[in-house]
Amino acid sequence: MDILAIFIAAIFTQNIALAYFLGMCPFIAVSGDLRTASGMSMAVTFVMTIAAAATWPVYHKLLVPFHVEYLQYVIFILVIAALVQIVEMVIERSSPTLYNSMGVFLPLITVNCAILGVTLFMIVRDYTYIESLVYSFGSGIGWGLAILAMAAIREKLRFANVPEGLKGPGITMIIAGLMAMGFMGFAGMLSQ
Amino acid sequence: MEYLTPVIIMGGISLFLSLVIIVASKYLAEYGPCTITVNDEKQLEVTGGESLLSSLFTQKIFIPSACGGKGSCGYCRVKVTSGGGELLPTELPYLSPEERENHMRLSCQLKVKNDLNVVIPEEYLSIKEYKAKVKESRDLTYDIKEIRFQLLLVDQPEFKFKPGQYIQFHVPNSKGEIIYRAYSLSSIPSTPGEIELIVRLVPGGVGSTYIHNLKKGDECVISGPYGDFFLHERSEADVLCVGGGAGMAPLKSIVYSLFEKKTNRKVYFYFGVRATKDLFYLEEFEALAKEHPNFHYFFALSSPEETDEWEGETGFIHLILDKHLKEDQEREAYLCGPPIMIDAVIKVLKEKGVDDDHIYYDKF
Repeated sequence: MDILAIFIAAIFTQNIALAYFLGMCPFIAVSGDLRTASGMSMAVTFVMTIAAAATWPVYHKLLVPFHVEYLQYVIFILVIAALVQIVEMVIERSSPTLYNSMGVFLPLITVNCAILGVTLFMIVRDYTYIESLVYSFGSGIGWGLAILAMAAIREKLRFANVPEGLKGPGITMIIAGLMAMGFMGFAGMLSQ
Repeated sequence: MEYLTPVIIMGGISLFLSLVIIVASKYLAEYGPCTITVNDEKQLEVTGGESLLSSLFTQKIFIPSACGGKGSCGYCRVKVTSGGGELLPTELPYLSPEERENHMRLSCQLKVKNDLNVVIPEEYLSIKEYKAKVKESRDLTYDIKEIRFQLLLVDQPEFKFKPGQYIQFHVPNSKGEIIYRAYSLSSIPSTPGEIELIVRLVPGGVGSTYIHNLKKGDECVISGPYGDFFLHERSEADVLCVGGGAGMAPLKSIVYSLFEKKTNRKVYFYFGVRATKDLFYLEEFEALAKEHPNFHYFFALSSPEETDEWEGETGFIHLILDKHLKEDQEREAYLCGPPIMIDAVIKVLKEKGVDDDHIYYDKF
C-alpha cells in the first residue's frame, strides 16, 4: 500500500480523535490553552510512534510465533506503560527544556486509549513495520491537529456568550461533534 | 504446553520490563541528597527525586494541600527563590501573573532535583502532626456527627489555633494509602489538648465515612492548624455569622470563643438548613442567648417538609438576611457554607453597605 496514502488517511479521513473518538479525555481536558495543547499534541505524537515501534516487533516476533495473539491487549498495555515511564525518566534527566514543554504530559497519556487504539489498528490492518511507523506518526499528527484546532476555537470562545449550562466540557463536546462532521468531508478524498 | 506458553510469555515480559524500570530508576531518577533551605535559616537534608510537597512533608513541614498533590487545587503554593527552574505547564493555571513574577510555585509539581531556597510563611511552620484519641462521638442529626478528640501530646507543645481554622484528617483508604481531608474545628482554643469536629456523612465519601465509624478510644492522626479564615479578635464591630449546610463548625467556634471572652460586641448568627430534620444545636444556642443578651440567633428552613412544625423563618438564608439587616452599620461578617450560598450572601451584604474587607468566608 502506498505509504503516503496511509499517512494522509491517518491524519484526515481516519483521524483518531474525530473519526474514531479515541483519546477524548485529554482532548476535552487539555484543549483550554493553546500552549498546553501544543505540548500535549507533541507528547501524543511521540508516544504513539514509539509505542507502535515497540509493540509491532513484540506482536509479530513473539506473540504470533507462539500463537498467543490474544495476549496482545494486556501485553501492549504493559509495554507502552513501561516504555513511557522510561522515556519520561530519560527526558527529565537529559533535557529540562524538553521535559517542561512535553515531558510533564507523558504520565497523563501512558495508558491513553488513542495510543492503545493505534497499536491495535496497526495489527488489524496488517501493516508492515514501516507502514506502522508512518501510520502511528500520522495518527499522532492528526490527533494533534484536532486538539490544536479545538484549543484555538476555545481561546476565541472565551469571549463568546455561551449558555450557562453548556460552559466548559459541554460546549467542547458540541464543537468536537461539529468538527467531526467537518472531518467526514475528507472521507471522499481517499479510500482507506 | 498450551497453558504454559502464555504464562511464560506474560511473566517473561513483565519480568523484563520491571527489571528495565528498576535499572532505569536507579540510574536516571536518582538525584542524590539535596538541601532545602527554609527562610534562609533552617537547612533540611532530603533525598532528591520527590516533589517539594512530599519532601517537606517527610521533614514534618506541612503545606496545605486539599487535592493531595495532584495539581488540581492550587493550595500548595510556596515561594522558591532559587533552584526551582522554569515554571511547568501544569502549574500555570493556578498562578496569577504577579505570583509568577514573585517566584511562587506549586510545591506538588516541583520536583527536588538540586538544592533549593524556599520561603514558607511562619504559620505553616507552626503546622504540626498530632495523634488524637476519640473521646466522644454523638449524632447531631441523621447524617451529622459531633466528635471530640483528646490530643495525645507527646513531645509537642500544646495545639494552638484561631477560631475558624481547620485541620487535615489523615484517613487510611482501602489501598492502605493515607489521604487527607480538611475539617474545620468547632471547639474553642482555650480547651487545650482537646478538639471537636462536626462532620456530615457524605455518601461514598472516604473521609467522612471513616470519621463517622470511629469509636470511643480509637486513635487517629491529624495535622494543623490551617487556613486564613479566622476570627479577628481586636475589632469592636458587630459580628455577623452566616452559615448553611455543613458550615456550622467554624462558626460555632467563633461564637463560643467570643462569649468565652465575655465580648461586648453584638453577635448575630444566621444558619440555613433544608428541613427540621437537619436542625441541630437549637438548645445550645437558646441557652447561650439567655445568658448573653447581645447574642441573637436565627435558623431558617429552605424547603420544609409538610410534616415539619416550624414557626421560625423559612426561605433561603440570603433572603432572610436581606429582610433583617439594616443598612450602613459597622459589621464584620463571617460566612461558611456552600459556594452558591456564600456568593448570594456576599451580594446581599454589599448591598447593605458592608465593606469588602470585612467579609471573611470559607467556601466548600
